Amino acid sequence: MIERYFHSQLSQGAVECVVAALMALLVMAIAERRGVGLLRELPLAQLRGILQIVAVGAVLALLLRGPAWTSLIALAAMMLAAASIVRSRARLIRGSFLLALVSICAGAGSVLAVMIAAGILPLRITMLVPVGSMVIAQTMNMQSIFLDRFRGEVVSHTGEIESALALGASAETAVSIYLRAAYKASLIPSIDSIRSLGIVWIPGIMAGMVLSGASPVYAALYQFVVISIIFSAAALTCLTCSALVTGRIFNADEQLLLRP
Amino acid sequence: MDSNSNFPLLRCVELTRELPAGPDSGKASIASSIRPKSGRSILSGVTFEVKAGAVLAVVGPSGSGKSTLLRLLNRLDEPTSGTVLLDGIDYRTIPARQLRRRVGMVTQRAYLFPGTVAENIAFGPRQVGSSLCSGNIEKMLGRVGLGGFAERSTSTLSGGEAQRVAITRALANSPELLLLDEPTSALDEAARDEVEKLLASLIREQNLTCVWVTHDPRQAARHADSVLRLEAGRLSAYGAVDDVLDLQIAGDGKASSAKEMKAGSGAIPQQSLGRADD
Repeated sequence: MIERYFHSQLSQGAVECVVAALMALLVMAIAERRGVGLLRELPLAQLRGILQIVAVGAVLALLLRGPAWTSLIALAAMMLAAASIVRSRARLIRGSFLLALVSICAGAGSVLAVMIAAGILPLRITMLVPVGSMVIAQTMNMQSIFLDRFRGEVVSHTGEIESALALGASAETAVSIYLRAAYKASLIPSIDSIRSLGIVWIPGIMAGMVLSGASPVYAALYQFVVISIIFSAAALTCLTCSALVTGRIFNADEQLLLRP
Repeated sequence: MDSNSNFPLLRCVELTRELPAGPDSGKASIASSIRPKSGRSILSGVTFEVKAGAVLAVVGPSGSGKSTLLRLLNRLDEPTSGTVLLDGIDYRTIPARQLRRRVGMVTQRAYLFPGTVAENIAFGPRQVGSSLCSGNIEKMLGRVGLGGFAERSTSTLSGGEAQRVAITRALANSPELLLLDEPTSALDEAARDEVEKLLASLIREQNLTCVWVTHDPRQAARHADSVLRLEAGRLSAYGAVDDVLDLQIAGDGKASSAKEMKAGSGAIPQQSLGRADD
């Protein structure tokens, strides 16, 4: 019976996907006529996107049947994937994969653990995986912004940094203002999204809870909880990262290794 | 000069610096496995010494390794081989921060920190927990012709003013050795003249020991006690000003000797700017 229901929902989903994809293609076709479209790239991107998301859906379908601890494996896999994406943003920083992974574990991992321990985040796959994935994704985004900005600041201020070193400053002192700038830059999008919560965007969890019949007010309050978890996790991740990154761009003799 | 009577403050032994084998560029894995492990050498086997209170000029064309040499002397970069003896002690045994406080540096551009002039000057001493009183800062600024500038923001300074602040900032650490990396070449003509005269008088008054990198042999002749010429990372000439620079000036088609230039150092002949070499 479940199979039959699943089957009908699946075909309904497929039809909805086709309609949505066609709409996007139509918009791109109009844009193409005006000479600004990327029509040729879109179908391939759509195909990739749908295969990825369907694969994730299939994995989730499997996970949902398993015991709760399997969600921890899923979260660990997400953290590894997030760290490898952050690394691609921080190419010139040595050991950036480990740096990103340690920071994500320290930030996202510890905040999630506290929330689970406090009972705010129930230890259920249906909660842990979606909320965890949002926390990790946001953590990844902020860390990418942080490292990208920090690298940019350092590369464009090697003169000032080496002048500070030449005056006997420690590596930490020499880069402290660039760390602060990068940290601030990485927090701005998150603070803006907290500020505009509900007015500019109704984020995924709330939309999902409302769609599945929960009280909109409870969904809204829970959304705030989730956003706060996400913010603390991401901010803590970047803080950890900022404490560790200095050691990655200098050697033991406080010589700057990250150069244009 | 008798080399035994005067112990060299700085002694460089076979200093060599090779470019590190390029950072892993990711995609070019085949190319990087073919590429030899040791990179191109930018400085090879340079040996010289500077006595306390003396000025050594380092001259040579752009890209000859002059700036690289200076960066090795305060260990902003690491020599691939060879070493530096500071006051007879291998400088690798001195903690980097301590070494850099003893070996001051002024670069082509001032690279002042955002904030006030006074904050910049107090920066060096603050790193070891000592603070300069405002009277001291004012005195130091007065010496370089910037009296009353203490509370000015560094973003409002002209190139020449900024460079004078940078010189004061380096001297605030009371370094034993001062490295000058083309300190006048990024300035306009008037400022170049002022800063050069200021440096010359500071060197005289405070009996500073300097390694002065310049692309201008006339500037070297005006201020140096000895000259070292680099070509493609190798020491091509080293010795008294006259011995080294006569060749250079003859090469320029000028007949005047270095000694005459030093004697008549009141007027500073201008030379077209070479490309910065870092």
